[in-house]
Amino acid sequence: MFTFIIRRLIQTIPVLLGVTILTFSLMHLIPGDPAQIMAGESASPAQIEQMRERLGLNEAIPVQYAKYVSGVVQGDLGNSIRSGRAVADEISGRFWVTVELAIYSTILSVFIGLIAGVISATKHYTLTDVVIMIVALFGLSMPNFWLGLMLIQWFAIGMDIGPINTGWFAASGWGSWQQIVLPVITLGTAGAAIIARMTRSSMLEVIGQDYIRTARAKGVNEQVVIYRHALKNAMIPVVTVVGLQFGSLLGGAVLTEMVFAVNGMGRLIIDAIRARDFPIVQGTVLVFSLLFVAVNLLVDIAYRFLNKRIDLN
Amino acid sequence: MSEQSINNAETSSRPPSPTAQRWKSFYKKLRKNKAAMVGGLLIIFFILVAILGPAFTPYEPNVQNHVNKLASPSSEHWFGTDHHGRDIFSRIIHGMSITLYVGFFSVLIGATVGIFLGVISGYYGRQVDTVIMRCMDILLAFPGILLALAIVSVLGGSLQNVIIAVGIFSVPVFARIVRGSTLAVRKLEYIDAMRALGASDARIIFKHILPNVTSPLIVQGTLSIATSILTASGLSFLGMGAQPPTPEWGAMLSGGRNYMWDAPHVAFFPGIAIVIVVLAFNIFGDGLRDALDPKMKN
Repeated sequence: MFTFIIRRLIQTIPVLLGVTILTFSLMHLIPGDPAQIMAGESASPAQIEQMRERLGLNEAIPVQYAKYVSGVVQGDLGNSIRSGRAVADEISGRFWVTVELAIYSTILSVFIGLIAGVISATKHYTLTDVVIMIVALFGLSMPNFWLGLMLIQWFAIGMDIGPINTGWFAASGWGSWQQIVLPVITLGTAGAAIIARMTRSSMLEVIGQDYIRTARAKGVNEQVVIYRHALKNAMIPVVTVVGLQFGSLLGGAVLTEMVFAVNGMGRLIIDAIRARDFPIVQGTVLVFSLLFVAVNLLVDIAYRFLNKRIDLN
Repeated sequence: MSEQSINNAETSSRPPSPTAQRWKSFYKKLRKNKAAMVGGLLIIFFILVAILGPAFTPYEPNVQNHVNKLASPSSEHWFGTDHHGRDIFSRIIHGMSITLYVGFFSVLIGATVGIFLGVISGYYGRQVDTVIMRCMDILLAFPGILLALAIVSVLGGSLQNVIIAVGIFSVPVFARIVRGSTLAVRKLEYIDAMRALGASDARIIFKHILPNVTSPLIVQGTLSIATSILTASGLSFLGMGAQPPTPEWGAMLSGGRNYMWDAPHVAFFPGIAIVIVVLAFNIFGDGLRDALDPKMKN
């Protein structure tokens, strides 16, 4: 197990290098002179030169990259053009908001997805199964920003159903539970749909296997067969999906944060793109990717832990 | 059916080509899957709407009417009007071609590049494979829409750049599928035999390897169109894609969201349009998978 973790860690090094190369290139792929863009349109030639100096753009590309990486390792992601503050500080204030949003949404989607998937599989080809799968298909096909807007419409502004107004939750911000509910549902829905579909197909496969028949033949309680024998093995592919899903979830967090005015990294990056504040864009993209790589690493280890038969080496 | 095939056999001296047979049996399987047929027919309908619809819309998509702003749905304006008094129904019909265009072309870019890289990777193996697949891993390390956002932030926001960005975003999936199948086929004996007979690499790849990957590619392509439409509309919603007054559905949502409180229909209809089109591609993709790829069947 220990060697596996070490090996898996070593495998992520080239990926991390690649990610830093790509984020580093972002700055150099901007059409035009980055120094000019960063200094602003009204900057004098001297100011542009000063900016060039500050960004180290006069040096050879490999030197610039080496400096960039050594900065990243030390937590230095440059300075925001707009505020002048360190990018790392700008991000750290918002990092946990996005992580919280992502974690709550993952928990919600795993919870709903597993329950729906198991019900669908145990009652397969019944009306319940069909309904669950149709709902899942809708969940998968819905743009989350639209779902967010609709939820705001229905549950934050509220509809008047007779004497009841359904405006139970907040439409913006992050912190109190009224503010958390709607963004988490918005972000968790697609994941729940995917996990439900995955759990169903994985369960159906496992339920058809000999050892389940044996367990039933022995007279084991059906609940025990489903939850102890079948679900445990059916979970294995689901765990991988949860890990991969986390990527879309982080991407979706950008849209969700914009809809609900949540002050997380997603909103930071969009505001930065609009203001052409490239150091922030660069830093945020990097942090998002590192987070995703780290989660996948954890998932791989969990996968290995769940299924000791698999030799991933 | 049997009568017809006998007729065919009589009239043509040549037996049907293996490709034609394959398509026929595929169509037979697909027809049994009702959901897939519904999805397929819906897609055909959407394509027709995209081509013919704009000629028949009751209003011009971009003509403003400030007297009739944010009007609720009525017999005059089926989906109501937006904050500039534009007819939402007409705008959605005009937006159909944009949505399909973005979906098809971004997947075309992603699939072309992905197939190319996947074949090279699987066929030549060794260092080439390592380098290409590590690059794909790196692209996959960017979560979801983030890579597309990063690309658009550099290239600038426009529909064309969104297509490129979403295309790049879907390259790794295709590369992986094609690489896997290429690896599996490359080791078969008949490929060795072809090579011994002096067939060129290009001939082996195009004649013997790619046809084996067609099914998973079609399935993935269809499902990717669904994802691409969602991603692209998300980018437009963020203001990074189609620019106003283009009647792109994501952009319509972002324009309408500030008026949602008074006029819920402004945000409702463009979103439903996205849901229905994406749903059709997802249903069709699921059905294709069941018909074409029994191994992948859920």
